[in-house]
Amino acid sequence: MGTNAVNLVYLVTIACFVLALKFLSSPATARRGNRIGAFGMTVAIIATLVKSGVHITWEMPVAAAIGSAFGLVGARRVKMTAMPQMVALFNGVGGGAAALVALAEFHERAPASGRIQGDISVAILLSALIGSISFSGSLIAFAKLQELIKGRPITYPGQKLVNAAVFLGCLVLGAVILTGTEHQWLLWLLVTGALVFGVMFVLPIGGADMPVVISLLNAFTGLAAAATGFELSNNVLIVSGMLVGASGTMLTLLMGRAMNRSITNVLFGAFGQVSADPAGTTGAGGGTVRSATADDVAVMLAYASKVVIVPGYGMAVAQAQHDVHALADVLEAKGIEVTYAIHPVAGRMPGHMNVLLAEANVPYPQLKELDEANAEFSRTDVSLVIGANDVVNPDARNNPGSPIYGMPILNVDQSQATVVLKRSMAPGFAGIENPLFVDPKTVMLFGDAKESVGKLAAGVKAL
Amino acid sequence: MSHTATLVAELTVLVLAIFLGIEVISKVPTMLHTPLMSGTNAIHGIVIVAALIVAGSTQQDGLIRVVGFVAVALAAANVVGGFVVTDRMLEMFKKKPTAKPDND
Repeated sequence: MGTNAVNLVYLVTIACFVLALKFLSSPATARRGNRIGAFGMTVAIIATLVKSGVHITWEMPVAAAIGSAFGLVGARRVKMTAMPQMVALFNGVGGGAAALVALAEFHERAPASGRIQGDISVAILLSALIGSISFSGSLIAFAKLQELIKGRPITYPGQKLVNAAVFLGCLVLGAVILTGTEHQWLLWLLVTGALVFGVMFVLPIGGADMPVVISLLNAFTGLAAAATGFELSNNVLIVSGMLVGASGTMLTLLMGRAMNRSITNVLFGAFGQVSADPAGTTGAGGGTVRSATADDVAVMLAYASKVVIVPGYGMAVAQAQHDVHALADVLEAKGIEVTYAIHPVAGRMPGHMNVLLAEANVPYPQLKELDEANAEFSRTDVSLVIGANDVVNPDARNNPGSPIYGMPILNVDQSQATVVLKRSMAPGFAGIENPLFVDPKTVMLFGDAKESVGKLAAGVKAL
Repeated sequence: MSHTATLVAELTVLVLAIFLGIEVISKVPTMLHTPLMSGTNAIHGIVIVAALIVAGSTQQDGLIRVVGFVAVALAAANVVGGFVVTDRMLEMFKKKPTAKPDND
């Protein structure tokens, strides 16, 4: 097929992708949108295969089959609770592909006489650099979320300096290549440096900050794809890549705002490292923790008229979403109003809790966002906090000395009573004290979230 | 078109795509942010087009063959995994637990 015809087909793909994103504005149309996107992708792949200048080799179907099989099995098998690491993984391989395209393009063009045009050089360098960072960074994010390595920030003295040095080294290599020294090994070295940087840049970031990191890496892969579009003068790559770049950047900023922290602080602050600072433990002795049995809490719930469930990462870890929904059903059968309050950064990726509760068949109109939920706490009888910690910490509102001061939180402390389901009194991921736990209106129900919720449902039913 | 003219046209498209992206994505509700991430994740799988062009290039040598092969495999995983995962997620978003799925 001629270039113009192929470009027209690519235009169809672009339209499909935009529609796919547009349809995501409502849960009712979102699935259709995703299929339109998949259709657009298929069309682009077919057009590329029949494009003049592209020779179909036997390797292509083999490579595509291996990749697709891996993607399909991974996507089908993954549990909804493990979704963040799966998204990180697929994100990484996309970045890796972009970096490899850059290497191949450079290899193909560089031996030819004369210099590569400046803008093509820039594009190659950018996709090699960003794609590699996204690849290795995503793999580390995956490993952290999958708990193959420690989720807590991994830091050492002089870390920022080393990171900065590696990144600067990459930039210098890029500058050398730009001046016309087009040796292959220079780009390979740059890619290696970028891979190392990706690893070192994600290692010091704590698990609770993963929503920010994953959306940032998503933006990176988009940008890397857009850069390959400049290498190949291909609009579908440029537009699709930038759509993703814009989306990832917006989500990153949104997550940052939801935590009231700048992106720089999230990325370089090594937030949530265990502080050895004894001064930070002031809240611990400030009150007594009241612990209750499941039966006590069941009575509280059974005699409430409005219950708000506040899920957090702990619910995901315990895979308690189905049991939570079952408990809500039991309460609703007794005529009790149940809603869910979802904090934007609860969990390990943007919107994580929504997906888990959707998996458990919770109707989405029951899920309330931050502002809507906060308007309701004053007339709530019992707030049931399941595995959430920092997002309900009143210190964010009241204590200017707290590291999370200023972060918008769910004001569960304004409800008549609060029940916190928690494994133990160990501090949350960020290692910050939470005065909610010693609030006189709060009772703690210790134990595995899944088990506790099951006991509560049985208890309420028996009443 | 001269090389510079192409570049200018591409930059125009790039900037317009950014604005379009911001416009469309700002309409996505918080509830759907995970599917948004995973959906855009699938969309950047478009890099498979670049991978195929590289793998199908006429100037084949050993290195390009290997690099092209791996690039196609990685991008294919991105595409298939991305769309399938997103579909699985979106399947679950229902208004009422008992409601039948939309007949689309």
